[in-house]
Amino acid sequence: MLATNGIPTAEELAPRIPPAERLKKGPVAIIECFQKIPCNPCSTACKTGAIEKFEDINDLPSVDLEKCTGCGLCISKCPGLAIFVVDETYSEMEAAVSLPFEFLPLPAEGEEVDVLDRSGKTVGRGKVIRVRNGKYEDRTPVVTVAVPKELSMVVRNIRVGGDRR
Amino acid sequence: MKHAEIAVIGGGPAGLMAALAAAEMGAKVTLVDRNSRLGGQLVKQTHKFFGSEKEYASIRGIDIGRILATEVHKNPNIETMLNSTVVAYYPDDGVLGIEVEEKKWVKMKAERIVVATGASEKYLLFENNDLPGIYGAGAVQTLMNEHGVVPGKNVLMVGAGNIGLIVSYQLMQAGVNVKAIIDAAPSIGGYWVHASKVARLGVPILTSYTVKAAYPNEMTGALERAVIWRVDDRWQPVPGTEKVFNVDVMCIAVGLSPLAELLWQAGCKMMYVPELGGHVPVRNDNMETTVSGIYVAGDVAGVEEASSAMMEGRLAGLSAAKSLGYDDGTYEEKKAEALKELENLRSGPVGGKIRKGLAQLAS
Ligand SMILES: Cc1cc2nc3c(=O)[nH]c(=O)nc-3n(C[C@H](O)[C@H](O)[C@H](O)COP(=O)(O)OP(=O)(O)OC[C@H]3O[C@@H](n4cnc5c(N)ncnc54)[C@H](O)[C@@H]3O)c2cc1C
Ligand code: SF4
Ligand code: SF4
Repeated sequence: MLATNGIPTAEELAPRIPPAERLKKGPVAIIECFQKIPCNPCSTACKTGAIEKFEDINDLPSVDLEKCTGCGLCISKCPGLAIFVVDETYSEMEAAVSLPFEFLPLPAEGEEVDVLDRSGKTVGRGKVIRVRNGKYEDRTPVVTVAVPKELSMVVRNIRVGGDRR
Repeated sequence: MKHAEIAVIGGGPAGLMAALAAAEMGAKVTLVDRNSRLGGQLVKQTHKFFGSEKEYASIRGIDIGRILATEVHKNPNIETMLNSTVVAYYPDDGVLGIEVEEKKWVKMKAERIVVATGASEKYLLFENNDLPGIYGAGAVQTLMNEHGVVPGKNVLMVGAGNIGLIVSYQLMQAGVNVKAIIDAAPSIGGYWVHASKVARLGVPILTSYTVKAAYPNEMTGALERAVIWRVDDRWQPVPGTEKVFNVDVMCIAVGLSPLAELLWQAGCKMMYVPELGGHVPVRNDNMETTVSGIYVAGDVAGVEEASSAMMEGRLAGLSAAKSLGYDDGTYEEKKAEALKELENLRSGPVGGKIRKGLAQLAS
């Protein structure tokens, strides 16, 4: 439960998961920000207007699933690192998950990495498709990793180079 | 004796904004900070900040500090005194006593004073809480982010407020293993997005747990083991619920309290408001205390956030300048804007505690 261990339950997550028909159409942002806090850069970052402008800075962000192109420009602007883009059309068996990753070493494109769930547990392996780490990202690199389709709503982190613990 | 129109004490986000706002109105400002560079807490914050564009949201704390410091340094109306600690205020003649570089003693008479000294860390009582290896969160951040030194290998973080969560994240970024984050409260005090960030790294967060004791290594005398236990809903520890962590570092992040010595010396009316971190100065909506000419802003006025500290600083700076006659006709509008922004920042559920504290202060 978010309030006691920082991990959302299935019920807490449910309202954020887009319907299957939308996921079939291509990439879309999933915003895992569940608490009203004084923060709004996500809404100013989105250029398509998919994240509605906040009336009150404490508003919760909501994604207009029709307007969202899945461009991912909001990912690195969120100080809560709470935004992911999921593309279930990536291939027949795989989905592409884009996530913020502020750790070194960064994976190389093409590299195989461990993929982790919201509690940091390794749930499988994935292949890094893309690493965006330019001036725009401002040291919050965005990594896109291909994972088995059934893990598209599970994988929210990666580990490069095995468990160092 | 040195003379200043407006002396701003403390160069964190509150003091920097106060200095810039007063200078913008045309006043001459002397900004004093005991550190060798400006920025206060910001110089240690490597994460991107919350807030809105007005408070530089989505920019890293350290970069916000740099942006504001650069503006201050190039502003001809602002003189900065670094490595300078204000250690005394003499209420009879309104003179500040400043120790410069630990050797020189400078007296300064200021027409107006903005106190923006921030806050200091609270500590926690438990058996052996003075062992080497037990640090405050601020010390850990200074070691890592200012000096590039890791404090150890395995850490137990005590406190799941924003500071505990963020410092845990920074430790993991530095390759240090955070074994767990514990908090005596039944729920996480920090923002859930920060909690989720560390949870994804595999760091367990244990609420309703407190420290029972710490044990030293027999050879080195430094921390080797920490024991925690659960607390019940009346905050009483429950025997039999102990958990043991083999850690060489324990990091205490249980909150801050306002650094208000100068305000006490000046005779400002203070009030104990737990929601604001302890004793805080009574003030009006210009951020002026009960002692005419002394203004406050930021954590010293109530422990909150950098975003609100900046807006309070702006208010204090504008008002101090206005009281000296500096107003090009824009004062009322600028003041109203800053007040509105503060109200927005505090209007949500996480601002509830601050609102309650401020209401108590105003009563
Ligand atoms: C780990 C951590 C993470 C944080 N994350 C965020 C965040 O994401 N977003 C956010 O909005 N806020 C965040 N904050 C809070 C924010 O940093 C503080 O609220 C803010 O810095 C308060 O500003 P201030 O100017 O009042 O005090 P400070 O930043 O503490 O500055 C006070 C200054 O006064 C100087 N000083 C003190 N006494 C004297 C004296 N006697 N003489 C001369 N100089 C003196 C000090 O050297 C210091 O430079 C975080 C804080 C911490 C510790
Ligand atoms: S992915 Fe692109 S279009 Fe969708 S919400 Fe984010 S910024 Fe807007
Ligand atoms: S930027 Fe991130 S943390 Fe801030 S409101 Fe938007 S989603 Fe939430």
